[in-house]
Amino acid sequence: MSGKGGVGKSLIATTMALLLARDKFRVGLFDVDFTSPTTHVVLNAGGLKPIEEKGIVPPEVYGLKYMSLAFYLGGRALPLRGQELTNILLETLAYTIWGKLDALIVDMPPGISDLMLDMLKYVRRAEYLIVTTPSKMAFETVRKLIMLLKDLGAPVLGVIENMRFSDTEHIKREVETLGERYLGGIGYDMRLEESLGRLDNLLNTRFAAEVGAILRKIVYLKT
Amino acid sequence: MHEWALAEAIISAVSDVAEREKLREVNSVVVVIGELQQVDRNILRFAIEQLKQGKLAGAKFIIRTERAVFTCRACGYKWPFRGTNLPEEVREIIHFIPETSHAYVRCPACGSPDFDLSGGRGVWIASVRGEG
Repeated sequence: MSGKGGVGKSLIATTMALLLARDKFRVGLFDVDFTSPTTHVVLNAGGLKPIEEKGIVPPEVYGLKYMSLAFYLGGRALPLRGQELTNILLETLAYTIWGKLDALIVDMPPGISDLMLDMLKYVRRAEYLIVTTPSKMAFETVRKLIMLLKDLGAPVLGVIENMRFSDTEHIKREVETLGERYLGGIGYDMRLEESLGRLDNLLNTRFAAEVGAILRKIVYLKT
Repeated sequence: MHEWALAEAIISAVSDVAEREKLREVNSVVVVIGELQQVDRNILRFAIEQLKQGKLAGAKFIIRTERAVFTCRACGYKWPFRGTNLPEEVREIIHFIPETSHAYVRCPACGSPDFDLSGGRGVWIASVRGEG
């Protein structure tokens, strides 16, 4: 998650899920950005349909189980108010049959509002991975998010600095000052955009290699 | 929705009421099902008839539907879900996740997608009548 939009949460979440699936982990990816889902663009999966069988069976993409409202919207905008976001989260959590998973990666919408509060309330086992960019503006919101999560006792896995374009270490220092783990930086990859929707290409980018290095660090920390 | 599991839950809830109210037998039960719940009423009715026993054996189960109503937040106009002209595929999506109606429905009076969808959800027992 992140306090800001456009920092790369969806692409990092999707790439992590793909890398785990490639390594034969049982993994699910749940796009909780209900008004503006985008993970289907990365996966080229907007045309898929879940199977309805005593609930919703998420389709498999590249070995991962995938759920997104994009399946139901046909490219339409979905304007929602706060309580409606909560209702959708509860409905989709209740109906989606994930089966046994090693990890469920949840791509959150940006900001500190309804769905973050709902995750804290309803998904007690969740652990939070924070994404920022080197921008002071992005980190201004991320700092508040980290402080809030710490205040609430929510487990923070660490912070990823995405779209790095210089060797400056100010984000690392800021994160460590807050007492959190700086998981690593991901460089700005000019060729990333053209690999969206082409999964073999995506997994061969420098971006995916850097996400993989951070992922190994997280898995190592967890085991 | 699992109609048999729902029928079992209804029978169990009515049995609890009968016990609590010290009824010798239950004569009639009104069950309300929200219009947006995906419940096959015929299967539910059949399941209830098969499962009712003891104090409930002679009870008449009446199944009613609560309609879902849209109220526009922009202009206040109200209109029923039932009257909304939508393809079957879209109706199924809205039954599953009612909030997706904001992608497909507009207020017939002012065209706004900012409306409230009230009623039409859940299943509950409205009344239990019997003899003490």
